[in-house]
Amino acid sequence: MRTALFITCLADGLFPDVGKATVRLLERLGQVVEFPAEQTCCGQMHVNTGYQKQTLTLVERFVKVFTPYDAIVAPSGSCVGSVRHQHAMIAKRFGSPGLLEQVEAVAAKTYELSEFLVDVLGVTDVGAYFPHRVTYHPTCHSLRMLRVGDKPITLLRAVNGLELVELPAADQCCGFGGTFAIKNADTSTAMLADKMRNVLDTGAEICTAGDSSCLMHIGGGLSRIRAGARTLHLAQILAATREDSVL
Amino acid sequence: MTTTPVMLGLPAMPPHAPDGVGNLRGEERFPVAARRALADTQLRRNLGKATTTIRTKRAQVVAELPDWEELREAGRQLKVHTMAHLPDYLAQLESAVSARGGVVHWARDAAEANAQVIDLVRGKGADEVVKVKSMATQEIGLNEALEAVGIAAIETDLAELIVQLGHDKPSHILVPAIHRNRAEIREIFLREMGDVDPALSDEPTALAGAARQHLRRKFLSAKVAISGANFGVAETGTLAVVESEGNGRMCLTLPETLITIMGIEKLVPRWQDLEVFLQLLPRSSTGERMNPYTSMWTGVTPGDGPQEFHLILLDNGRTAVLSDAEGRDALNCIRCSACLNVCPVYERTGGHAYGSVYPGPIGAILSPQLTGIEDNASLPFASSLCGACYDVCPVKINIPEILVHLRAEHTETYAEEHRVPSAEASAMGAAAWVMSDPKRWTLVLRSGRLGRVLGRKRDAIGEVPLPLAKQWTDARDFARPPKQTFRDWWAAEHRSER
Repeated sequence: MRTALFITCLADGLFPDVGKATVRLLERLGQVVEFPAEQTCCGQMHVNTGYQKQTLTLVERFVKVFTPYDAIVAPSGSCVGSVRHQHAMIAKRFGSPGLLEQVEAVAAKTYELSEFLVDVLGVTDVGAYFPHRVTYHPTCHSLRMLRVGDKPITLLRAVNGLELVELPAADQCCGFGGTFAIKNADTSTAMLADKMRNVLDTGAEICTAGDSSCLMHIGGGLSRIRAGARTLHLAQILAATREDSVL
Repeated sequence: MTTTPVMLGLPAMPPHAPDGVGNLRGEERFPVAARRALADTQLRRNLGKATTTIRTKRAQVVAELPDWEELREAGRQLKVHTMAHLPDYLAQLESAVSARGGVVHWARDAAEANAQVIDLVRGKGADEVVKVKSMATQEIGLNEALEAVGIAAIETDLAELIVQLGHDKPSHILVPAIHRNRAEIREIFLREMGDVDPALSDEPTALAGAARQHLRRKFLSAKVAISGANFGVAETGTLAVVESEGNGRMCLTLPETLITIMGIEKLVPRWQDLEVFLQLLPRSSTGERMNPYTSMWTGVTPGDGPQEFHLILLDNGRTAVLSDAEGRDALNCIRCSACLNVCPVYERTGGHAYGSVYPGPIGAILSPQLTGIEDNASLPFASSLCGACYDVCPVKINIPEILVHLRAEHTETYAEEHRVPSAEASAMGAAAWVMSDPKRWTLVLRSGRLGRVLGRKRDAIGEVPLPLAKQWTDARDFARPPKQTFRDWWAAEHRSER
């Protein structure tokens, strides 16, 4: 099986440790991971901000870069959601004949990390060690667009040393929402305040999730108020071992 | 305002809801209105408490039904079918209502509908009407129009009465006074009702009792009642109003004349179809298995109830919505408010911030389509696209997808109307150009050096006084950019393999 990593633009530029952890984790599980360097971005920010036409070249590029692989895995529920649900819309509206079919074929083999681990590799215990108190925030697109369900929780439960505490009102959006966080900064911040309160109520040191974007928002808020809790991507926890801790 | 050229032989774009009448447009953009609402701690508390209670109740009663998903799908299909054959079903409804002694009127927009109501009320020589809670009449600003010609419109739904007495606006489709708590309601009653015992407590039963006494006198004196409709059955000409208090039924049965204003999308083809919607609606809206009062009437029944019945069928931009294949599902809405109650944005800002009588997620897709996108351009962006609304919608309207569609409609309309692109459009265009080429993208990714300097003190970037960045850093630190991008790390790691 040829497996490609779709790093996502955010992890590539701002959170490379998430990408490194994903690679380390998958290699530990016996996968050969390739990183096609021609990849850029899924285009979700453009679609969600109202610039659909400008997304076409990004969709075409995604298809061209990832078609040769058997599986594409990304450490982001949101970007995978865009590939599965928005690329077809763009192809239908602006693409040349035939693009839709290619888009659907690539989307069908593109997985969010926890889906890839549980559904494709059939693993729930990835052999990780992470001796910390952790709470999990299910990001909206993982929860409602991809329906990853309790896959991330199952993976976290199997981590050695990890104390998992339930996040109250977990299914409530953290308030990130891409450019929503800028365009409606006040509302976004009000949502963030409640999410942070719930995170802090758990007494967890770490709030984890499957999306760097939501974590950037929650983590940015926790850092601002010097809360004494931080965020860490699911991939980084699952990659951690006794020999190679991430903290 | 844009003018659409009319090609010979091609129909023009159907008109939107006109400006200057009705309550579909706010005075401020959403972020501005929201900012003020967010600072109102009483509002935040009232809304948080109320929406949490309703959505918990809804989740419980929905979970009881093993066939809930099948019901939702049936509801969706019935609505999609009805919209696809709307002209035929409307004609069928008109014949059925007329055959049973009702009179059907067609109103192109809010102004026409208001004028028709005024004519009918004046024809009866009445200067007072009692009203059943109705979104359509709120939409067209009927109360204001009646007041302007000296006709008093008395809201009889308890929550609408609270809003009316408080000289306020409704902030929720189903629970118009959701932004008020009982202490505030008591204060409004004491101040505005005139005939209330000053010892009135703020117990819900006492407040309801005071409202009942106030309203009973009106029910018995009013000659004309005005209602909306939850459903109109094309096959039989039957209209239906679903409510909790029974005040609606008083209005629908006691006065001599009944005038019903119904949006043209409220149709269902057959009597039997109500079986689906009367299961979906109460569980989705109030979290009840069944609503206390369902009133149905067909034309006029001699010797029983109103002896004169008028049905006003309202367009007010609905045909324009219907003409957009990607947005038209917004018309399938049965006004249950489940999407409001689960929306994290609505829960914090309340309904007034949306400007329109239709707030929340459904309002964010309906109002801009009724008025034309540019008159409500900020609403489709008033969402984090979390998708909670789509999950609970009883007729499965894909609200996030329509929000995204309307965002594109706005940016494309803006681009057509302005020769100079907006700063955002330029930035998005530049980003797409960079991202369409890996070499350019790699260079841009590496250029986070400024950020490293800004964040050197504690590995995070605090407040940045640049306009766009400030929107982020006002409340959130920014992560300090890494020394090396992922792709550069990968290239370095795999250099030996090349």
